[in-house]
Amino acid sequence: MSAPNKSYDPVEVEALKPEEIERMRDEALAAFAAAADLDQLQEAKTAHTGGTSPLALANREIGALPPQAKADAGKRVGMARGAVNKALAARQSELEAERDARVLVEEAVDVSLPHDRVPAGARHPLTTLSERIEDIFVAMGYAVAEGPEVEAEWFNFDALNIGPDHPARGEQDTFFVQGGKAADAEDSGVVLRTHTSPVQIRSLIDREPPVYVICPGRVYRTDELDATHTPVFHQVELLAVDEGLTMADLKGTLDHMVQELFGGEGMKTRLRPNFFPFTEPSAEMDMVCYVCRGESVGNPDRPCRTCSSEGWIELGGCGMVNPKVLTACGVDPEKYSGFAFGFGIERMLMFRHNVEDMRDMVEGDVRFTRPFGMEI
Amino acid sequence: MRVPLSWLREYVDLPATETGRDVQAKLVAAGLEVETVEQLGAGLKGPLVVGKVLTIEELEGFKKPIRFCTVDVGTANGTGEPQEIVCGARNFAVGDKVVVVLPGAVLPGDFAIAARKTYGKTSHGMICSGDELGMGDSTAMGGDGIIVLPPEHEAGTDAIELLELVDEVLDIAVTPDRGYCLSMRGVARETATAYGLPLRDPALLDVPAPNSFGYPVRISDPAGCDRFTARTVTGLRPDARSPLWLMRRLQKAGMRPISLTVDIANYVMLELGQPLHTYDRSRVQGAIGVRRAEQGEKFTTLDGAQRVLGAEDLVITDERGPIGLAGVMGGANTEIADTVVAASDSFGGSDEAQATTDVVIEAAHFDPVAVARTARRHKLYSEAAKRFERGVDPQAASAAAQRTVDLLVLLAGGTAEAGVTEVIAPSAPHTISMPADHPDKVAGVAYGRETVVRRLQEVGCDVYGQDSLTVTVPSWRPDLAEINDLAEEVIRLEGYENLPSTLPKPPAGRGLTGRQRLHRRVGRALAGAGYVEAPNYPFVAEQVFDQLGLDADDPNRRVVKLVNPLSDEEPALRTTLLPGLLATLRRNDGRGSHDLALFETGLVFHPGSGETAPAATPPVDRRPTDEELAALDATLPEQPRHVAVVLTGAREQAGWWGKGRPSDWADAVESARTVAREAGAELIVQQGQYGPWHPGRCAELSVYLESAEAPEGAEGADSAEGADGSRGGIISVGHAGELHPRVIKAFGLPARTCAMELNLDVLAEAGEGALRAPRISTFPVATQDVALVVDQDVPAAVVEAFLRDGAGELLEGIRLFDVFTGEQLGAGKKSLAYALRFRAADRTLTVEEASAARDAAVARAAEVTGAVLRGA
Repeated sequence: MSAPNKSYDPVEVEALKPEEIERMRDEALAAFAAAADLDQLQEAKTAHTGGTSPLALANREIGALPPQAKADAGKRVGMARGAVNKALAARQSELEAERDARVLVEEAVDVSLPHDRVPAGARHPLTTLSERIEDIFVAMGYAVAEGPEVEAEWFNFDALNIGPDHPARGEQDTFFVQGGKAADAEDSGVVLRTHTSPVQIRSLIDREPPVYVICPGRVYRTDELDATHTPVFHQVELLAVDEGLTMADLKGTLDHMVQELFGGEGMKTRLRPNFFPFTEPSAEMDMVCYVCRGESVGNPDRPCRTCSSEGWIELGGCGMVNPKVLTACGVDPEKYSGFAFGFGIERMLMFRHNVEDMRDMVEGDVRFTRPFGMEI
Repeated sequence: MRVPLSWLREYVDLPATETGRDVQAKLVAAGLEVETVEQLGAGLKGPLVVGKVLTIEELEGFKKPIRFCTVDVGTANGTGEPQEIVCGARNFAVGDKVVVVLPGAVLPGDFAIAARKTYGKTSHGMICSGDELGMGDSTAMGGDGIIVLPPEHEAGTDAIELLELVDEVLDIAVTPDRGYCLSMRGVARETATAYGLPLRDPALLDVPAPNSFGYPVRISDPAGCDRFTARTVTGLRPDARSPLWLMRRLQKAGMRPISLTVDIANYVMLELGQPLHTYDRSRVQGAIGVRRAEQGEKFTTLDGAQRVLGAEDLVITDERGPIGLAGVMGGANTEIADTVVAASDSFGGSDEAQATTDVVIEAAHFDPVAVARTARRHKLYSEAAKRFERGVDPQAASAAAQRTVDLLVLLAGGTAEAGVTEVIAPSAPHTISMPADHPDKVAGVAYGRETVVRRLQEVGCDVYGQDSLTVTVPSWRPDLAEINDLAEEVIRLEGYENLPSTLPKPPAGRGLTGRQRLHRRVGRALAGAGYVEAPNYPFVAEQVFDQLGLDADDPNRRVVKLVNPLSDEEPALRTTLLPGLLATLRRNDGRGSHDLALFETGLVFHPGSGETAPAATPPVDRRPTDEELAALDATLPEQPRHVAVVLTGAREQAGWWGKGRPSDWADAVESARTVAREAGAELIVQQGQYGPWHPGRCAELSVYLESAEAPEGAEGADSAEGADGSRGGIISVGHAGELHPRVIKAFGLPARTCAMELNLDVLAEAGEGALRAPRISTFPVATQDVALVVDQDVPAAVVEAFLRDGAGELLEGIRLFDVFTGEQLGAGKKSLAYALRFRAADRTLTVEEASAARDAAVARAAEVTGAVLRGA
């Protein structure tokens, strides 16, 4: 490298001629622009901004110039280098952006691929439907009451005004549980409960009126399993005992339930006189067919499979609690009255979800249960 | 009760246009469960006429005997010529009157009749059987073959009308409180009320006053029999047959015509609801009596069965002994003999001498409970017993006897004897006092006194009084016993459909209980973890415990058994959920679902202490005492709620993401942790051994329970001092792991099936109590990894427990991240690699502090388990 040479004319230093610097600058800019990717840009960067690049070399020459020329040349080279660096940075971020975009494109996946790594579980629809019904009444202030499935006959029959000689007792298809003296075992006084009504009795005995309870649970009758029967099934029963309760209250409560369960306009219930030992008056309860809402009655063009165009679906039994039942539970029938109803969950599941065969609800096939998920 | 509409119209002048469906709707609204309306003769189209058999030619050479007949059908065939008909039946002879269907007619079931060639002849129509005409059991009209009509009917007469083939029959399921509707009279009364029409009461008959020269009757048990009417009819024509109208009504009502005397008794029972019995007078010796049977007394009923009587059975006797089970069934020894039936049964070997000509008619009223018990004891649910059990109108007895006498005179040419016996125990009609507004209060409707009184009168009650009514109930309504019974009558006649809809206002509720919320959470958590709920029947075979590999003295072998199981193979109630779940797993696997994770929550049943003597039944006229309630509950088995899972196949499926993972013992244990987490209980998992599980892959699951004093039925509890010094214990709540290969084989399960079962009640108890919020430090964490080499049989949980113990308060968390075995460790050794996280509440830990804590942890673990720091 040569020492400053005061006698030098700047124009005579080839490398520092303005057009020469412009050329170097333009070559650099062109090289950057031409760089197709970051690697090429890196080469161009080394070539045009590195220590041996023309502009860097030119810069070194500046020191040899006289002061005035030095300033001019310095300014020119500085500006050129500034432009080059700016262009480099611009191109750099341009190419980086391109690269980043390309990587994201390359990383794209097929989001439609299935992902059934751990297949979903599910709760049984009988469980969730029962809970759904419980929740309707819990929201109204009722408590959920439960009791034993192996039950004393006194709770299952006697307290419900089904005395030992009551015709209804023989009609219940009861499973009897063997007692200690196995031979004459029917006298053990213990049965598989035939309904959840014993839970009502226990509730009335355990609690002070007013009593508002809903009693879901498994019950047992000696029916063979077929498309419409099962020896083990589920019931929900309701009991309300308070001062001044009426059959109109029973009707309203039933109406509310079917409106909550089946939703919308026109859902209501109908009562038909019937007989149960534990209620007096007693009634059979029907609900408006939730599919046709009664439109199919007398309308052969629009037949309804759900209700066989009857317009009504049979739901279960109900009535005003027989005063004898209140007495057996220590509740004063002069002061309190009550209503009760009960129905089968299997049946409701069958018509609410078009289950055609009882066995589907019993056999535990995962293909049946899985679609019902967590709630119903 | 089957009610032919044509018969019903005899008592109520229903509008002619009223169909069976219309009547059904009215009766249903009034509380009679009319299940179906059967359309008899639907689609039936004539000509269907009476024919007289002129000639019979037996056709030979066919597989079965065939007859070619000519039959006079009058002018019904248009020509008056004999009709040529081929017939396969043989129960008729030349000259017999038969029912002929002619070409062009259509029989029920869309069976069109045309002339057709058969057996080498052309048959111009058909001689009909009762079946073909949809008539019901027609045995008495010609046995299994075609119908042979009484001779008095003219050939050519329209048989559709003659046999009343077109009718509607209402089938009513009569509820136990409505015994009176087991009669035409009762249904007619309801129909009349429903239509607001007058009733022609068939029981309103002129009945002669009782006198002293009737057949002698002595009642020695007036509580069992409070009324006995006896009448006698003599000189019955032995050849008298039931007329067609009578047989047809019985058929339509679902009864089988048998013989005139029997048919009349059945007819009157259907009409008035009063069961009757007719004795062959020549076979009754001496006075008729009513008494309780002697224990062990033997008696043969009409059905030919010899019965050993009990001391509670009420019997009808003559001077030799029982001649009937009161209100249930008569005896073979006094049975009516009928020549017509006898002749056709034995093909001419009839014994005229035995034909009954004189009868004693019994119309009595028996105690419903006595009849019900006898019927149940002897499994004899006769039509009579069904009615007595549900309550028969005692006032109808003499009318029923009279009606029977009248029909025997009319149809059998008998002579009514003047003697009329009536033995009646004195009784007063039942009256009820009821506030006039009681029905209003029950219904929530203001009916008003006038309506209440009118409706009760329509039911047949006598009503007096203003604000308080005195109601005398009719004799046919023994079910009307309380004021609510009367309220129901008013409300149903006013129409249940007119009840308003109101909502009561219960006091504020408390929502679900903690247990109920837990049961829901457990279900959701397991379903969330991929398990599908499968509730199973609780019925098991006792051999299942062998299959499960339980020890001979395992408490789970003690079962509650059923007296009358559905299947004798499965007489017991489950003590574990596994058999049901495993069967369901196998069923699913067999149906092609091989990757399975199932769960169930439900009760299991353990017999009580063995003291299961029946408790005395408390009365129902008051609340049972607490002692009585406790005694009842003591007869019940323990019924804890369990939760169980079973797994087989892939827990994680293979897929585009890579390989799957088979379910294994660890998933089963994890499911228990999932449940315990929901319960808020800390689950202690230890190596265990229990029948159903693989001895090397079985986790015993336990919890710490403050109240644990080894409760009944639990699998064993270790008493221990609780952390706070209170007495409590570690109690086993169940097991989890891979099933024993023997169990897998015994149940036919896929290899490596895994299972878990827990006592949810105990777990819930262990998890009770509110959680204290953890204190969160915001200072930086210091992590330290250690690898410890221990003997293979040292449980990781023990190593971890002592690492925790040694690490002290600075330890925030510990996690086992690797288990390694290999030659470089030496045989029987394993390396456990833990990540320890240290943190202080009030400062940033120095490396020295963290290392010191780590060293203390390792030292403690080394001291107890012999662990050696790897690479140390």
